[in-house]
Amino acid sequence: MYVIVTGAGKVGYYLSRHLLEEGHEVLLIEKDASRVDLLTEELGSVITFGDAAEATTLYNAGASRADVLIAVTGEDEDNLVVCQIAKQKFKVPRTVARVSNPRNEKIFHLLGVDVVINQTSYIRNLIEQSIPEQSFVHLLDLRYAEHLAIVEVRIDQQSVVAHRAIGELRLPVDCVIAAIGRGGHVIVPTPGTELEPGDDVIAVTRSDQETELRGLLCSTC
Amino acid sequence: MHVVIMGCGRVGSRVAGILDGNGHTVAVIEIDQEAFRRLPPSFRGQTILGTGIDEDVLRAARIESADAFIAVSGQDNRNIMATQLVQLLFDVGERICRITDPVREDVFRRMGVMTTVCPTTTVSATIIDTVNSHDPDTTPAQRAVREGLGG
Repeated sequence: MYVIVTGAGKVGYYLSRHLLEEGHEVLLIEKDASRVDLLTEELGSVITFGDAAEATTLYNAGASRADVLIAVTGEDEDNLVVCQIAKQKFKVPRTVARVSNPRNEKIFHLLGVDVVINQTSYIRNLIEQSIPEQSFVHLLDLRYAEHLAIVEVRIDQQSVVAHRAIGELRLPVDCVIAAIGRGGHVIVPTPGTELEPGDDVIAVTRSDQETELRGLLCSTC
Repeated sequence: MHVVIMGCGRVGSRVAGILDGNGHTVAVIEIDQEAFRRLPPSFRGQTILGTGIDEDVLRAARIESADAFIAVSGQDNRNIMATQLVQLLFDVGERICRITDPVREDVFRRMGVMTTVCPTTTVSATIIDTVNSHDPDTTPAQRAVREGLGG
């Protein structure tokens, strides 16, 4: 694949190196000349100087034959506009943008960016997952089903659902318990499976029912 | 009517001052507090410190009741994003976006969601017109080029 990456900050740099290692053709575009000078020694012709929002830069980069354009500068507005120009003018089939303001995720989708990487949410989720006191963790929004999410719940000693069979639980509609992590093993549960303290319950739920599910699984006796 | 202007540079402050003087209500959004000094002393409108690509800042400028939004910050991409944000989230009748790069202006004008203004194109056309008007040897072909630039 031919991949154009815009923005040679840390993300752009490591991403480009990774893509090169995987055997892709990569062109990294950066508008700060000193950054380009610094990286040229290592990356050679893989990095080029220019403002990717200028059509001539993308034209010279051969954008019309690019399979993917990935915009990872630190500025949301620059990433959006580069993706839009790549799509509108050069018909790049797949565009990826990084956003810093979580609210921009939805807006970028609506404005035609194919994949939006919401780094603030990723970091927040990682932090949530690594805080042990937090017993209910939002793991993932599903890409093709906007309203579904995967969540993880740790069942503790006092939980009202401990020692009860899944079939007896009054789970919210459109919510299933998909797996249980117990003692290092994964159990695919049946209605008869009893929840035990210490279980990590993985559930797929409609996003608007996360709160209700949390209420059920996290309440204590 | 109510007008929200993003950018209080030379153009933004001038437009804000004139519209305010004409009796409209005006809100100016600007990231640099110092820039508000450009507004005329008589300015009665609202000034909001912040970036126009933020929904909350736009709301603070009462974008929901605006009849027009004008994006004239110093950065093309910010102007483009703010105008599209306004188009997506709020019902503002007129959206004017300044884009100094003629190619970028062309791309976003064609998308049809904003009125674009490209100072590079208009200033160049004015200069060339003026130069040509003093040239007795202007050929029809040159005139055609000139008109092409104007359009």
